[in-house]
Amino acid sequence: MLAALLLVFREALEAALVITVILAATRGVAQRGRYIMAGIGVGAAGAGILAIFTGALSNSLGGVGAELFNAAVLLFAVGLLSWHVVWMGSHGKEMAAEGKQLGRDITLGIKPLSALAIVSATTVLREGSEIVLFMQSLLASADHSAPLFIGGILGLLCAGGVGAVMYLGMVRIPLGKLFAATNVLMMLIAAGMAGKAANYLVAAGWLPEFGNRVWDTSRIISNESWIGKALSAFMGYSATPTGIQLLFFAGTIAALVVMARNFAAIMPSNTSRA
Amino acid sequence: MKKLAALFAAIQLATFAAAQAADAPASSTNSQAQSDYTITLKDHVWSPTELVVPAGQKVKVTVKNLGDKPAEFESATLNREKVVTPHGEITVFVGPLDAGHYSYVNDFDHATTGTITAK
Repeated sequence: MLAALLLVFREALEAALVITVILAATRGVAQRGRYIMAGIGVGAAGAGILAIFTGALSNSLGGVGAELFNAAVLLFAVGLLSWHVVWMGSHGKEMAAEGKQLGRDITLGIKPLSALAIVSATTVLREGSEIVLFMQSLLASADHSAPLFIGGILGLLCAGGVGAVMYLGMVRIPLGKLFAATNVLMMLIAAGMAGKAANYLVAAGWLPEFGNRVWDTSRIISNESWIGKALSAFMGYSATPTGIQLLFFAGTIAALVVMARNFAAIMPSNTSRA
Repeated sequence: MKKLAALFAAIQLATFAAAQAADAPASSTNSQAQSDYTITLKDHVWSPTELVVPAGQKVKVTVKNLGDKPAEFESATLNREKVVTPHGEITVFVGPLDAGHYSYVNDFDHATTGTITAK
């Protein structure tokens, strides 16, 4: 049971953190709960279907079907997050000024809400299919399946709990500053996803690697540590990043900063930390 | 304004796609020079436990899962992570690698580890 709990928690944490940022970013927007929940539901259903077709997907397109699929899903999410960040850049000022009145204005929030619901779905889809396969692997070798299911569900709840604690912390931030903070986080998430997509494209042989470990910080923050996992969710952290991963990360940040600025951005000065 | 923003996002995606397309022919010529290797997983053991491949060269590794459970070939040092279905096999392209040891695990069973050594 503990093994199931820990491994499901580990896999679900990334999705939980991304969804937490999305929930914080949509604070005050009417119907956001419905949209984000729908996104999570669609992602979970998709994860189940994806798990069934994993073998077929892996062996498609000359054996690199899974890599290309992952890269496509990630880049799709990067596109949606980018659109949201730029949209926030042009509307953020009004939103912050209007404050809580925003909740009453449904139309203002629907478009970015749909985009973010789809991002939630893609994140749950990618992480969820691994959880399904992992549970399948555990169940195949177990005499009793009930403890494993309980462990798995507890793992999901724990990941959700971490997200909830983070959310409660984030909503203490005043609304104007909160949107600036979530916008920076979304930029980092998008850039991290772009970097991961680049690695999948390298694995598929579609992109050159430009160095398979530009640096090695695994002794300080390993990929398997909790901090490493959280940083992986927030900015695609890898202890041994590839050159192309760093290029995609930096390129996405640069493109987003330029675009957000050009749309009368509210980008705070602390973006330079990215 | 919104449309313009969407357009920019689309352009960004298109640029990625173009970069990939431009790289595709180059990598297919590379792939002709690569050598093929196989790793099998059975009863919580990878075999060979240490696979030796040439350094500085792209290699194709076929990973076969002979067991009844899904497994995941995962290596942080190689930046690879791929599910292998029961009685299924996957292809992993690695390298060109610097000489050294690169460990990997079955992510669904962390006690099952192996090494790829580039010489």
